[in-house]
Amino acid sequence: MALTEKLKRGLRKWTLSMVDRDLERSLNDMRPRNEYGVDPFGYDPDYALSAMAPLVWLYKHYFRVEAKGLEQVPAGRVLLIANHSGQIPLDGAMIGVSLLVDAKPPRAIRSMVDKWVPSLPFISTVFARMGQVVGTQENCRRLLESDEAILVFPEGVKAITKPFRERYRLQRFGLGFMRLALETRSPIVPVSVVGAEEQAPALVDVKPVAKALGFPAFPLTPWGLPLPLPTKYHLTFGAPLVFEGRADDDDSELEKRVAVVKQTLETMLDAGLRERKGVFF
Amino acid sequence: MVVTGISGNLGRTLAKLLHRTERVIGIDRRPFLGRPKDIEHVQVDLRKRKAEEVFKSTPVGAIIHLGIMHDPRMSAEDHHSFNVLGTTRVLECAAKFGVKKVVLLSSANVYGPSPDNSSFLAEDAPLMGASRFPSVRDLVEVDMLGTSFFWRQSKTETVVLRPVHIVGPTIKNAPSNYLRLARPWMLAGFDPMIQLIHMEDAARAMVEALRPGRKGVYNVVGPGEVPLSTVFRELGQRPRFVPHMLARPVLSALFRYRVAEFPPEELDHIQFLCMVDGSRWATETGWAPGFSMRDTIRAVHDS
Repeated sequence: MALTEKLKRGLRKWTLSMVDRDLERSLNDMRPRNEYGVDPFGYDPDYALSAMAPLVWLYKHYFRVEAKGLEQVPAGRVLLIANHSGQIPLDGAMIGVSLLVDAKPPRAIRSMVDKWVPSLPFISTVFARMGQVVGTQENCRRLLESDEAILVFPEGVKAITKPFRERYRLQRFGLGFMRLALETRSPIVPVSVVGAEEQAPALVDVKPVAKALGFPAFPLTPWGLPLPLPTKYHLTFGAPLVFEGRADDDDSELEKRVAVVKQTLETMLDAGLRERKGVFF
Repeated sequence: MVVTGISGNLGRTLAKLLHRTERVIGIDRRPFLGRPKDIEHVQVDLRKRKAEEVFKSTPVGAIIHLGIMHDPRMSAEDHHSFNVLGTTRVLECAAKFGVKKVVLLSSANVYGPSPDNSSFLAEDAPLMGASRFPSVRDLVEVDMLGTSFFWRQSKTETVVLRPVHIVGPTIKNAPSNYLRLARPWMLAGFDPMIQLIHMEDAARAMVEALRPGRKGVYNVVGPGEVPLSTVFRELGQRPRFVPHMLARPVLSALFRYRVAEFPPEELDHIQFLCMVDGSRWATETGWAPGFSMRDTIRAVHDS
């Protein structure tokens, strides 16, 4: 106990050395909390401030993230729709950190995590205290209705585990996010992530090992484990898209609108790839 | 007014709230210790004919059915028979004697803890409680008996309440027993959010359900949600952290040899979420818990 308290304090100091002084106050004021400092979903700003330290360091010094268009993210409910890559979900973390440390005012987002996460020890707890929620429609609806910003990777797990040869090729988008956007009248902000694909190029997915461990995939990089290289990340937040229509419409109707989002994201990715000077700088 | 299972700790709490304003008849196969003089007690098993006599001899306006048990040491057959047959008998009496109101105490556990649960389950969520814990099947069945009675018997106002974990100094259910352990287990790396309700708040909710016009199926929550670890910090207990892979086989052996009182399936409750959305009950009835989060947690011990 004493050890974890010490660790927490140390991490907290580390975070505060890298971010604006006001972040702590904004974090505390952002969501209502009970007398024990947590919100109903288990988000704990105090814990989050400590736990984010390594992520802020990765953001500032390892991936040297450049974020453009943060001002495009409207206040109130919003769905952030991003491409997913990199074998380990650091892309989501970097989007989250960018909105905390580079956006004015800072915004703590929620990401919808895979249903696999709550069965992982430690990770399940850290994720929950940092505000992440299992990606069910019900959770997403509830959070949008309370005017939160939600990050969704509509390609799902198959995008993050895809082999290197398919980099920057968007996989099939799920329709769930569009249904929720229409139902809760939430604007959609596309977010392109350039740089994460090259952090851990996967040569093969060893399916039998994945199955034995209960993982969604088991990718092998040239150096074995998917430890990320210090690639340079470029995040671009696009203009909000607002869709009209019925949430319970036929899939074919929803697909048309989803195609618009996918198209926009593809254009943004192409532009991002054209503009960058190299993978590592 | 008939209260089944009145001799339990929750039943006695409820009786205390009711007996000054209502004529209360208790039905329980256990004796009613410390019974107030104005409460009539019929010591009989609900499944017996004699239970029906109560309804024959006096007009009954309402039944609060608490006579449901959960004892992992009982044989599955007895358990099932007591809960399911007992509930069936109670509902039969309600229909036969034209009882205006039936309040059935179910539990939020009928939804069951699971890694893919939404954070807050509404009343229309599927009842998956028995999918990973087959021996609570009868508790799910009791809930469903109540729900189908609500749809079938339009002349009776049926209320099925699904409160979160009920805690109190005298309450002997699994969550209270667990939270009272000197060195409780936690699963290393798992710290799910949990919801508790004070036994007196649970009893007050049942009284609220008696109000004319109230009917339906409702989740009932207490003062809020906290991580399991916070509960132990508040109570001053130091949990032992056990790896989840080890916990199941070890607990199942300990349970088999009667060293532990918890079957291994209960571990799901300290690993995964099983929280409910109580907003329908709160908005439709204006109900709010009387105990704060801190007082609810502390009520585990106070005696």
